[in-house]
Amino acid sequence: MTPEPLLSVRDLNVSFRTPDGVVHAVIDASFDIRPGEVLAVVGESGSGKSVTALALMQLHPKNTDITGSVTFDGRDVLSMSDDEMRSIRGQDIAMIFQDPMTALNPVFSVGHQIVEVIRLHSSVTKQGAWERAVDLLNLVGVPDPKARATQYPHEYSGGMRQRAMIAMAIANDPKLLIADEPTTALDVTVQAQVMEVLRDVQQETGSAMMLITHDLGVVAGSADRVQVMYGGRVMETGTVDEIFYETSNPYTTALLDSIPDLDGKKEELHPIPGNPPSLLKPPSGCPFRPRCAHAVDACAESVPQLEELVGTHASRCHRVAELYPSSEVMV
Amino acid sequence: MTTSEAVVGASTAMDADVPVLRVRNLVKEFPIRAGVFRRQVGSVKALSDVTLDVYPNETLGIVGESGCGKSTLGRSILRLVEPTSGTVMYGDEDVTTASRRRLRHLRASMQMVFQDPYASLNPRLPIGDTVSEPMRIHGIGKKEARERSGDLLERVGLLAEHGNRYPHEFSGGQRQRIGIARALALRPKLIVLDEPVSALDVSIQAQVLNLLDEIQDEFQLSYMFIAHDLSVVRYTSDRVMVMYLGCVAEIADSTTLYEAPAHPYTHSLLSAVPIADPRRERTRQRILLQGDVPSPANPPSGCRFHPRCPLAQDRCRTETPQLVEISPGHEVACHFPLTEGESLLQRVEAG
Repeated sequence: MTPEPLLSVRDLNVSFRTPDGVVHAVIDASFDIRPGEVLAVVGESGSGKSVTALALMQLHPKNTDITGSVTFDGRDVLSMSDDEMRSIRGQDIAMIFQDPMTALNPVFSVGHQIVEVIRLHSSVTKQGAWERAVDLLNLVGVPDPKARATQYPHEYSGGMRQRAMIAMAIANDPKLLIADEPTTALDVTVQAQVMEVLRDVQQETGSAMMLITHDLGVVAGSADRVQVMYGGRVMETGTVDEIFYETSNPYTTALLDSIPDLDGKKEELHPIPGNPPSLLKPPSGCPFRPRCAHAVDACAESVPQLEELVGTHASRCHRVAELYPSSEVMV
Repeated sequence: MTTSEAVVGASTAMDADVPVLRVRNLVKEFPIRAGVFRRQVGSVKALSDVTLDVYPNETLGIVGESGCGKSTLGRSILRLVEPTSGTVMYGDEDVTTASRRRLRHLRASMQMVFQDPYASLNPRLPIGDTVSEPMRIHGIGKKEARERSGDLLERVGLLAEHGNRYPHEFSGGQRQRIGIARALALRPKLIVLDEPVSALDVSIQAQVLNLLDEIQDEFQLSYMFIAHDLSVVRYTSDRVMVMYLGCVAEIADSTTLYEAPAHPYTHSLLSAVPIADPRRERTRQRILLQGDVPSPANPPSGCRFHPRCPLAQDRCRTETPQLVEISPGHEVACHFPLTEGESLLQRVEAG
């Protein structure tokens, strides 16, 4: 039996009021994350993947309107006061950002910053918290953690900084880790190390993870389930195998066809024509319609629903039954 | 056509076996200065002894992690930074000793496309002017330059009338097309592409890669394709050179390099690349390199890769390996290169 979801998001809408008009960054997003599960959220810039995470953490800017419901561990996140939210952030839900240099405070030692996170949420002594900080740095593979804890972020390399960020994020054994492009700023050999650390840590602590990325390779190597976003909407969702081997959405198919592979098997790349949609003036109907090779008149008339297919698979496409006959729409 | 022909006068039909570009023992050191008097206290060895050839109509991929010197290499070849020593020959002409006047002429044949399409276009110049500016500098009349810039914009997938618009009106992918049109303006023979698609979204990357592929045939271009994305490099390149901390680690045709890498670094680099195939990711045996790339200001002794190399022996710590040809066209700088079909993992397990 599938356990109760840890995080349950229903009809989440996030929009920004800007001088040019209202930007609908996330539209009707619904998804669950179960305990211990890794959900990868994939999309290009402007697809709404990072905004979704910021809204869950209530870290969005002031000009933001959020509707829908976000239930975390049985509690309604969107109606929480700032104080309640603060007690959850860094404790039950922790976030790892893309750029550790801007996310770490340059004037405090790394150890000090981890101690701060620990002491904010539990009443341990400074001494005890420092020891825990050193243990955490050790856990994420920072060599010589005792000495490294006293150093400042600028004394760390990019990969080490990202490890320090992970140590900080897992300091209070969060139930959910949100990692927003955690390896995008890193070199490929360091990326492999950091992803390994993240996987180990996630398995050791049993926490769930929401992994936001644009890299389909990272998704394939780390995710249990995948959610593909485009133009603020969830286009397809399913297990990692369902998404890669039983792809049932024209956008996901086009995305997979447009990336070169390491084996050199792809003779030619099939780019997706055009540009991602404007969120200020989104196209009518399906957001992918203007770039979709399979678009018909109906696609301009209404936005397709996210239809459930066999298994845990769902796709947002008017022509899903016709284009992907093996996917079987559930009736 | 007289003026335009004069500019491209150097570019006659080329022999496919004669390199367009020959780089020999190229070295670039950046001084490190400190103190009140900005005294030089050391140097960053960004490039040490890089030797390579680029043949007509081929794409030479240059891969490596940050700090490996791949961008400095591209810039030194065009003398956007002055090399410390070594030679760069374009045809029969030495770029490194060319006068400013001669250099300007040479740069008509060697162009560059930069990584960041947001920073590499003048925001206050209509894009038509950005594309026609190089032609104006090289003495092509206003009217002809404008016409040709319109043609080029159309060739790269924009409209001629877009020439009056400013860079901010374009998306990242479109801006990169503008950068390509500018590079094509003087009908060059060689284009250095420095991470041309890494700032773009995946769906847009393929558009630009395909465009580069088309114009290569059409304009008979040689590319130096500098990138950190190994999948992109495999797709675009005929030959690939792997760099590590300013040195050439390995160079081979693209199939050999990816299928039978001989340098342990190339092997571990390939093994670190995530593959968009969940089943393969689950069964894959990875070689995880320890640590980060060391600082090029203080590179390790001997083989620069030895502190991270799973095969390192005493000899690697003291003696710098030379680039040796192990099979035709396949050169590797390693004391203990892997043989064909041998994986790094097997070697590590065998001790």
